[in-house]
Amino acid sequence: MITLLYFAWVRTRIGLGEERLALPPGVASVADLLDHLVTLSPGHAAALADRDAIRIAVDEDFVGADASVVAAREIAIFPPVTGG
Amino acid sequence: MITTRVQAEAFDAGAEAAALAAGRSDIGAIVSFTGLVRADDGLVALTLEHYPAMTVRQLAAIAAQAWARWPLLGGVVIHRHGRLLPGDPIVLVAIASAHRGAAFDASEFLMDWLKTRAPFWKQEDRHGKQSWVAAKQSDDAAAARWDAREEQQ
Repeated sequence: MITLLYFAWVRTRIGLGEERLALPPGVASVADLLDHLVTLSPGHAAALADRDAIRIAVDEDFVGADASVVAAREIAIFPPVTGG
Repeated sequence: MITTRVQAEAFDAGAEAAALAAGRSDIGAIVSFTGLVRADDGLVALTLEHYPAMTVRQLAAIAAQAWARWPLLGGVVIHRHGRLLPGDPIVLVAIASAHRGAAFDASEFLMDWLKTRAPFWKQEDRHGKQSWVAAKQSDDAAAARWDAREEQQ
């Protein structure tokens, strides 16, 4: 099981801040995971429709779409950051 | 070292800067930058959401980068989260060094990298209408100039 965390408008569009998920067979990369997540609900589909508008962190490090999720404990999905 | 803190409470920029120099005589320059909430276009409040575990890690990594790049003698980075009102301080970077050049450069670097790498998100409240602040390309460009500078050296 992995923990998925959602922040900012990704969180509000999905309607959840956090969920637990067993990775389905065949889901190996961040891109594979996003392809799976959009099938879960209309909210997921809306939040994750524009892949260029979201950023991913695997176990608290920024990663690209090719990164592996197989050994991941926690995956966060969020918009580009706007602090400071 | 540069200490980093993430907190809901306000901070005292003057006291933080003074603490860097307390009891020392090797520091010749302290640069202190405070970011404040601006009341743009009827803004009532700004709420800062963050990813706590990653924020702590990213701020420590950014501070370590600054420490490695310039001859610094101390520093503190404080970023607030939660609901803030116009005029409230959001972020503090205070950096001490022997000479001003390193302190100015390191402070700008820390702010530029923090704005593009620390997982915070601002939500604006304008009389009951909430909207998420969009990331600015100018912030990406500001952060990228430090990569270019590194390649030149």
